[in-house]
Amino acid sequence: MAEVTGVSTSGKRGLTVTWPVHNLPAMQLFGYGNLSPARLDATFAALADPTRRAILARLATGEASVRELAEPFTISQAAISKHLKVLERAGLITHGRDAQRRPRKLEAAPLAEANEWLERYRQFWEESYGRLDLLLDEMKRTAKPRASGRRATSKRKGRRDR
Amino acid sequence: MTTKAEGALQITTPSDREIRITRSFDAPRQLVWDAYTRPELVKRWLGAMPGWSWVVCEMDVREGGRYRWVWSGPEGAELALGGEYKDVVPRERLVSTEKWDQAWYPGEAVGTVEFTGRDGRTTLVTTLRYDTKAARDVVLQSPATEGMGMGFNVLDALLASIATA
Repeated sequence: MAEVTGVSTSGKRGLTVTWPVHNLPAMQLFGYGNLSPARLDATFAALADPTRRAILARLATGEASVRELAEPFTISQAAISKHLKVLERAGLITHGRDAQRRPRKLEAAPLAEANEWLERYRQFWEESYGRLDLLLDEMKRTAKPRASGRRATSKRKGRRDR
Repeated sequence: MTTKAEGALQITTPSDREIRITRSFDAPRQLVWDAYTRPELVKRWLGAMPGWSWVVCEMDVREGGRYRWVWSGPEGAELALGGEYKDVVPRERLVSTEKWDQAWYPGEAVGTVEFTGRDGRTTLVTTLRYDTKAARDVVLQSPATEGMGMGFNVLDALLASIATA
């Protein structure tokens, strides 16, 4: 049922956010202040790149060395290393103790934090519009007497029923 | 509740200068328009997150008219924004500039709210667009938005896979 009306049908929720951290005060309003802004910025910057997202998706299935991570890509290992540095700075990944392999590992906390922020942005509008639903219901009830006067056919029907 | 799900909230980005919020309402356009343009009604639904309350809600809804909204929040925090109405077509379109007092980007954003629908239902499409190149560039160059184009669904999938790992 929820799928029926969607303007965009891509994805489960039809939700795609190109990331404009477009408005700092609004972000505070959404509770951004409770999270760590610098880290959040770093997280979103890191997530803005498709290669880095692919790397994260790979690491979500388990740790991997740089060489293993580079395999599915056509770009050089050096380029992959660069991406890994960005991810590391953002705290999204760490590397293991094995000096030779230095396997990279996903860190879930920053992602959860970023997701929390996006949820709040949604929530702001969900909640505002939820209140608007209630207000509109109320307005409809008070507007009804005038509106029903125009409906001649249904009015006649109503009378016959009586 | 199920009927509301039909018009569920969507957030999309039609271009790298815009963010768009879409939602349908089970009410005719006239009522939705009123709720959007009359201050005493706007105050009842917009914002008002827990801990925040309205301080100023002034709206002179006509072309060239201005609006100003101020909220106060926890620990003396204050949020304020305002702007000018650029295009006002009752029950169809409301275009206004938007500038937060505490804005970190230069220039203004332009917000367009489009009202469409029939048979007692209304769909609202709100599009925020940066109107100056400078503002857009700040947004584009900001480290927070480098590259743009993060798919929320990717993040969802990622988090789901982490949760099950």
